[in-house]
Amino acid sequence: MRSPRLFHRGASLTALSALAAGLATAAQAGTGQPSPWQFGFQGSVTEVMDFITTFHNWLLVLITAITLFVLALLVYVMVRFNEKRNPTPSRTTHHVGLEVAWTVVPILILVAIAVPSFQLLRKQLVPPPADVTIKATGHAWYWSYEYPADQNGGFSFESNMLAEDARQKAIASGRPASEVPRLLAVDNEVVVPVNKVVRVQVTAADVLHAFAMPSFGIKVDAVPGRLNETWFKANREGLYFGQCSELCGQNHAFMPIAIRVVSDERYAAWLAEAKTRYARIDDAPRAVAAR
Amino acid sequence: MASSAHAAHADHAHDHPTGWRRWLLSTNHKDIGTLYLLFALTAGLVGGALSIGMRLELQEPGMQIFSNPQTYNVWVTGHGLIMVFFMVMPALIGGFGNWFVPLMIGAPDMAFPRMNNISFWLTVAAFVMLVLSLFMEGAPGSYGFGGGWTVYPPLATQGHPGPALDFGILSLHLAGAASILGAINFITTILNMRAPGMTLHKMPLFAWAVLVTAFLLLLALPVLAGAITMLLTDRNFGTKFFDPSGGGDPILYQHLFWFFGHPEVYIMILPAFGIVSHIVSTFSRKPVFGYLGMAYAMVAIGVVGFIVWAHHMYTVGMSLRVQAYFVFATMVIAVPTGVKIFSWIATMWGGSLRFTAPMIWAIGFIFLFTVGGVTGVVLANAGVDRAMHDTYYVVAHFHYVLSLGAVFALFAGWYYWFPKMFGYVIPDWIGKLHFWVAFIGSNLLFFPMHFSGLAGMPRRYADYPDAYAGWNLVSSIGSYIFAFGLVIFFYGVIVALVRKEQAADNPWGEGATTLEWTLSSPPPFHQYETLPRISGGDH
Repeated sequence: MRSPRLFHRGASLTALSALAAGLATAAQAGTGQPSPWQFGFQGSVTEVMDFITTFHNWLLVLITAITLFVLALLVYVMVRFNEKRNPTPSRTTHHVGLEVAWTVVPILILVAIAVPSFQLLRKQLVPPPADVTIKATGHAWYWSYEYPADQNGGFSFESNMLAEDARQKAIASGRPASEVPRLLAVDNEVVVPVNKVVRVQVTAADVLHAFAMPSFGIKVDAVPGRLNETWFKANREGLYFGQCSELCGQNHAFMPIAIRVVSDERYAAWLAEAKTRYARIDDAPRAVAAR
Repeated sequence: MASSAHAAHADHAHDHPTGWRRWLLSTNHKDIGTLYLLFALTAGLVGGALSIGMRLELQEPGMQIFSNPQTYNVWVTGHGLIMVFFMVMPALIGGFGNWFVPLMIGAPDMAFPRMNNISFWLTVAAFVMLVLSLFMEGAPGSYGFGGGWTVYPPLATQGHPGPALDFGILSLHLAGAASILGAINFITTILNMRAPGMTLHKMPLFAWAVLVTAFLLLLALPVLAGAITMLLTDRNFGTKFFDPSGGGDPILYQHLFWFFGHPEVYIMILPAFGIVSHIVSTFSRKPVFGYLGMAYAMVAIGVVGFIVWAHHMYTVGMSLRVQAYFVFATMVIAVPTGVKIFSWIATMWGGSLRFTAPMIWAIGFIFLFTVGGVTGVVLANAGVDRAMHDTYYVVAHFHYVLSLGAVFALFAGWYYWFPKMFGYVIPDWIGKLHFWVAFIGSNLLFFPMHFSGLAGMPRRYADYPDAYAGWNLVSSIGSYIFAFGLVIFFYGVIVALVRKEQAADNPWGEGATTLEWTLSSPPPFHQYETLPRISGGDH
């Protein structure tokens, strides 16, 4: 049994981090897409986003404490050292101990931040071996995707934002409105298997774009002439939305990304269907996908 | 600390022109400072109007104000460029720098008075070119350049074939040249024209801030000039610096831009640090705590500010080691910044605080800059930035350090020095009322952006998914309140100019120890005809 005093302290610490976590994920409903009046990150379905969320909660505790500390000092000096209560100012302008303290303590705090920060960076940038590779290409203003032939793919397709009338038609035909949110829903979704490492190669055909998926914790720029890479391993089936995250001109706000995470069986079935629906590509030399 | 004598004899070598000659041909640092302040006010109103247009559009989901989302992008771009190059920089450096650096160091004027004149008028020409660019064809079928203040290619090359961006590039060239000339002027003035006895280690902190800022300008702006010249030749003369089809790389531009762009943010905030130091010291009736630490913290921020640029580019595809380096280097900046925050508080500690309008603006600055600073520490971590990059969290962060940081320091400086510059008194309650309206408005405006950003709302979007509507409405209401604060600001200026209540030479009492308070309000057209002598030891 812990002593009541220790328990009390533990409880208040737990309460503090619970508060931070609560603030950060006030709207857990917002997984895959944002929800109204949301305070924090969208819900996570990858280990990387779990790490980001936990690390950010830790940072939020730190920065809130620092800000409140500065605020408390400011309020204290304003109350204690205003001209009514302290008519004669001191002439103190140096205090070596204090100056060393407010240089060294921030360094220690930064070290406490840096250690998990570098761990997270390593997790993001040293990907495990990929099970599935797909290629995303940003265009003004839509995304196109390629599934290589050596992974039972061999097709490419374009993914455009669902126009308002198409969206209304989808809702009228019985699709739940949450599946076709305005400015997020697309005509052709990316489909990937659950619990598999998916490598996404990202490039652009014209200007810069950025491939982002908040619930996966990924974002990488699409740059003409470069092949960038990111990865994710989604642990829950569902439909997830992201948006272009690098200014690309007139319809920058209207080229969303939608990824549907499905079981292995449904993925295999989708691959078979997609091969008949979408334009064929050969792996090498890479042919430009026909419209 | 200081003594000065007003020599009675007139020096006929220095005439006192009147009318349009006084202003157009001005070589007087105080007149040029006033011109810069009026110019920054005008540009600020234009840039502010653009931001109100943006907030009107974002107030609810869907497109309401702009028929074409590209026009929204043009307003975003114009707002950014105008506020950075034609409001904050001219006000803090051209305005207050010109006015008070010579006064504070006991110099009769700037080292190169005619160069000072051309610096100002080049800035005006640059602004005119930028405003003209809004009415030139940019992207096919629309007016103005809409690629953001960062002007990234290829959107800035093949994305905008019209002449709008060529005007924009020439505008930035002119503004950059003006700033480089100004920087040379400040460095020369501060290093050579300090009054007898004023060693560098006795120099007021605002002069230190402007000195460091001038070095940053001198070293950073030529890199911007190079980058946008390459952009200009890519656009018009067939070069391929940033075009992969000819062996170039768009990312090269980003490295060049941010090598300038990151020091640029310190260019905007360091003079604010200087102003706040003086105000806090004046109204605490105490010398600045840890003067040397304060001065060298600014030097450290300036130096380290040059080796952190790629933290703006964590998502471009840099290797693990490179990202780790920039995380580390960026976090280092938090240390000297912390020294500044704590030294301001230590200056107040044990003081005899008087809460005048400039003082509450300065205290507001310290708190709000802290909020913007700690979110900067969050963003420094590449791993977390991956989730926040190009979202409203970043918008919230840099507006907390600039709009609520630099701009609050601007208003603090305005209420502090207005009686000195113009000789009239702004009633203190007006400055305080303006503060509270601005404080509430700007926090309502920018704090919810942290939430929208965490929820994933990308920046530079003319329309957004409906779930983001709530916080955007709050932000828009905040922006209208902040704008109403400007009405109070102008009311204060009008009251001062109409009532003509004469300001004392030193209206702030014994805490105001810098040399400008030993002169009349306003100071004589030519000051220090006999140089002041500074006695006393170093700090």
